[in-house]
Amino acid sequence: MTDMYKDDGRKAGWIIEGRTGPWEVVLGLEVHAQVSTLSKLFSGAPTAFGGEPNAQVSLVDAGFPGMLPVLNGACVKQAVRTGLALGCTINRWSRFDRKNYFYADLPQGYQISQHQHPIVGEGAIPVTLEDGSITSVGIERIHLEQDAGKSVHDLSPTQSYVDLNRSGVALMEIVSKPDMRSPAEAGAYVATLRSILRAIGSCDGNMQEGSMRADVNVSVRRPGDGFGTRCEIKNVNSIRFIQQAISYEAQRQVEILESGGTIQQETRLFDPDRGETRSLRSKEDAHDYRYFPEPDLLPLELTPAFIEQCRASLPELPAAKKARFETALGLSPYLAAVLTADADQSRWFETLLAESARRQGRDAAAVAEKAANWMTGDLFGALNRLGLDIAHSPVSATQGAELLALLADGTLSGPLAKQVFEIMLETGEDAGAIAEARGLKQLSDSGALEAAIADVLAANPDKLAEYRSGKDKLFGFFVGQVMKASGGKANPALVNELLKAALG
Amino acid sequence: MSALTRLTVARMREGLAAKRFSARELVSAHIAAVEAARPLNAFITETPDEALAAADAADAALAAGTAGALAGIPVGIKDLFATRGVQTTAASAILKGFRPPYESGVTARMKAAGVASLGKLNLDEFAMGSSNETSAFGPVVSPWRAVGSDAKLVPGGSSGGSSAAVAARIVAAATGTDTGGSIRQPAAFTGIAGIKPTYGRCSRWGIIAFASSLDQAGVLARSVEDCAILLEQMAGYDDRDSTSINAPVPHWSAMLNAKLAGLRIGIPREYRMDGMDARVAALWDEGIAWMKDAGATIVDVSLPNTAHALPTYYIVAPAEASSNLARYDGVRFGQRVLPDGGSLNDMYAATRAAGFGAEVRRRIMIGTYVLSAGYYDAYYLKAQKVRALIAQDFEKAWESCDLLLTPTAPTAAFGLGAKSADPIAMYLNDVFTVPASLAGLPAMSVPAGLDAAGLPLGLQVIGRPLDEAGVFNACLALEQRAGFTAAPVRWW
Amino acid sequence: MSVNEKIVARVASLARLALKPEEAAPLAGELNAILGWIDQLQAVNTDAVEPMNAVMPITRDWRADEVTDGGIQADILANAPASAHGFFAVPKVIE
Repeated sequence: MTDMYKDDGRKAGWIIEGRTGPWEVVLGLEVHAQVSTLSKLFSGAPTAFGGEPNAQVSLVDAGFPGMLPVLNGACVKQAVRTGLALGCTINRWSRFDRKNYFYADLPQGYQISQHQHPIVGEGAIPVTLEDGSITSVGIERIHLEQDAGKSVHDLSPTQSYVDLNRSGVALMEIVSKPDMRSPAEAGAYVATLRSILRAIGSCDGNMQEGSMRADVNVSVRRPGDGFGTRCEIKNVNSIRFIQQAISYEAQRQVEILESGGTIQQETRLFDPDRGETRSLRSKEDAHDYRYFPEPDLLPLELTPAFIEQCRASLPELPAAKKARFETALGLSPYLAAVLTADADQSRWFETLLAESARRQGRDAAAVAEKAANWMTGDLFGALNRLGLDIAHSPVSATQGAELLALLADGTLSGPLAKQVFEIMLETGEDAGAIAEARGLKQLSDSGALEAAIADVLAANPDKLAEYRSGKDKLFGFFVGQVMKASGGKANPALVNELLKAALG
Repeated sequence: MSALTRLTVARMREGLAAKRFSARELVSAHIAAVEAARPLNAFITETPDEALAAADAADAALAAGTAGALAGIPVGIKDLFATRGVQTTAASAILKGFRPPYESGVTARMKAAGVASLGKLNLDEFAMGSSNETSAFGPVVSPWRAVGSDAKLVPGGSSGGSSAAVAARIVAAATGTDTGGSIRQPAAFTGIAGIKPTYGRCSRWGIIAFASSLDQAGVLARSVEDCAILLEQMAGYDDRDSTSINAPVPHWSAMLNAKLAGLRIGIPREYRMDGMDARVAALWDEGIAWMKDAGATIVDVSLPNTAHALPTYYIVAPAEASSNLARYDGVRFGQRVLPDGGSLNDMYAATRAAGFGAEVRRRIMIGTYVLSAGYYDAYYLKAQKVRALIAQDFEKAWESCDLLLTPTAPTAAFGLGAKSADPIAMYLNDVFTVPASLAGLPAMSVPAGLDAAGLPLGLQVIGRPLDEAGVFNACLALEQRAGFTAAPVRWW
Repeated sequence: MSVNEKIVARVASLARLALKPEEAAPLAGELNAILGWIDQLQAVNTDAVEPMNAVMPITRDWRADEVTDGGIQADILANAPASAHGFFAVPKVIE
């Protein structure tokens, strides 16, 4: 299917060449991000992932008669922080509404959400695409709402089972404007959003556990035309699936339009096994949600002081950090992008950098590039091999800084450092201790090396004669012999220097 | 009925404290009275064992000097309050057999104060009704009868089990809930007192919801003082209810004072409606005279949007109810009806059609309709705007008066079945009580006289937000001057 | 705004109330009577009126983010018409 697409840049770029001419895809995303809190949006039940069915449920979450919601302040704070991090206006007055529909995993018969008056209004975030170009994606709104429970359909042949553990977990629904024009843009937008939410700690961004999932609105149109009719693909839970779903859905719509059909506005489901979307008719008749203000809750009013307190609590955001890494540390845009793509990675790097500068007594800028190269090269290579993420690295940033310091002061050579690092990965021990205990320090004692050189020359009189008669290439042979004699530990630069002197 | 069952709560407390009788004697007398009064159908569930256990605990506490304020007082609980381990039904078939693993905030406070609950009182299904005829457990019959008639009368609603039980002297007091008049109107119909406090005074936690923005718990009892004694134990902040008011609860019963000098009593002219029952109008005039006699100044006030209150109420309440009652779906509690081979949706529809009675279904339909796409602005939003106007009417009135005096209901109790066929005629019962509910104001009914057929009539006092003290005092002044001593003659 | 049997059927479906065919016509009549009566509100001028948002003008502190509930699976399931393996059980839902 991909051979039908012609990629000639951004926005105007992802064009589907149909039989009757070119088509442009228009994309808007509703990302549901689980707010990182201990307890639920309206009850004191825990939010932890997993657990026995219905064991993380309060009477409120199960919709028992007479049970009432009470708002968790931490959810409000995280929604406001998220809004500020995404450059959005914060609405000082917002309100919860009830969205009424029947479903087995919706115990109250309504979802408490913010339909008409969301807590966060418009904003925009810069999104860097793979080719390094930057586009801006508008945010329409962010609102707080409760998650539903979970229906399990495959444990019994005749029944569906309902687990309410997720019922009432706080979600932020982050609604973008229809600003994206390609699967790649949509993917980059979600990745950027995820890195910002993780950086500020409002969502753990764990897509496998459902902490982040997206409803994708897809429509197609002739370039320059108004918006076409859209379909909403529900609950897509990885960036790759989002992109696959868009590709399939856009193509499906083009085929319908080109054969003279019209697009039905509907909800669809992405089937990752087949790589296709299909209509979700079971929810079609429930489209009259009968929203009205939730009478069990007060309107949500925020003071300017509270908003300022939220603003002050924000850490440096990924985009600002990337810019700082480039300008203040002199890192390449590529390295800066890699190191700021993820909050855990950038935290690890900043610890490594600070410790390296301290141990080496130098400016951060002076040690940054070496540290960045080591981290993105040796460390990421090792983690990749071990199948671990940075948060589970067997080597800490402080330990990494010690290794880099030993490399910088000549205690370790490059090859020795790699050897020591492998041992660190296996044992978790510190670099200095490993080098000491296993005798892996670089040999930089001139006297000892001079003696070793003298031994090598004395043992190879014929080679020495050949060298002296002009066979310069034999220099390398002598270096090798000296290194071998030192068990690989001799400082190669010093060996070179001393050998040159000895050979006159 | 025994002498013990005729006492007010205040006299019961004195008797218990003075050891003139024990809590066991007091409660046992009431248990016997409850059993004898089954023809009234006031109770859905009787809990004599629980009552006796509470009585024994009260006797022990009284002996030890650790008794709570309501130790040993025999009460009934409207079956809309969740009671731990005791069937709680809202008088609906859909909740038959439901035993909550929790206790409502209000009844927990009462039990902590030592009450002995005789059981769960009948009501209109989900509190939707003004005559207690919509209960899935059958109608409650009023202990009152018209002079020279043995026709069955309604006890009012929705707290009809509560009003009948208190009036019949089978409980000393009963909890009620009031959404549009469900405490005040049945109190008026049965010749007892009943107060709905300010919205937010009593926790709604654990009370089965009808219309969340209107529901408020209160009490029915045989004197103003008894209402104050009970309410001061029931009210109070509850952090589990977001609309609960965090304000100190005054010791109302100790503050009672029938001298109204310096107070201005407003008489809302719009309540004097065309075709008003002559005896009701006359009683209202008497009430005005009693207020003057107590030292108050009478002020003519206008509440111009009064006529809009009922239609507003019959949009807001069904809308909220249609959503509040969505949870009765046969999945987690209550009854389930699953047609052979039926889907989840078939189960919902069959469960709810079988589990809800006609009036509840009617209100769910109205509520669903007024919230549905295309109608929200015309109905629900419009109603919330008019509701704001009604609240503003009261705020304006408070500029020239401190309390309002009105009749409680347009007529005395009517016959069982008399209005069942005409929903709107039934809804008109609440014409005087609904405005205060929409504005969230404290309001109380006191028995003030009898109509030509010898049936009780009530007067209503409405106060500013949180001014239950003022309401109690004005009602006490009326009570003292009305000298209402009539009681139903036992026929059951 | 008149309610016909078709609208009654739609509203009953939204509210998940099974309706026998013979019930639709009388119910439409009842609803029309009530809605006709309610319609008198349309005459009220509310142009400059904000809808009521809260019955009492109160504010309150938000709940602290602490785990204070849950772990009551037996209570949650005790009243269920059908349950299995810690889950509520309902007729099979086919998506």
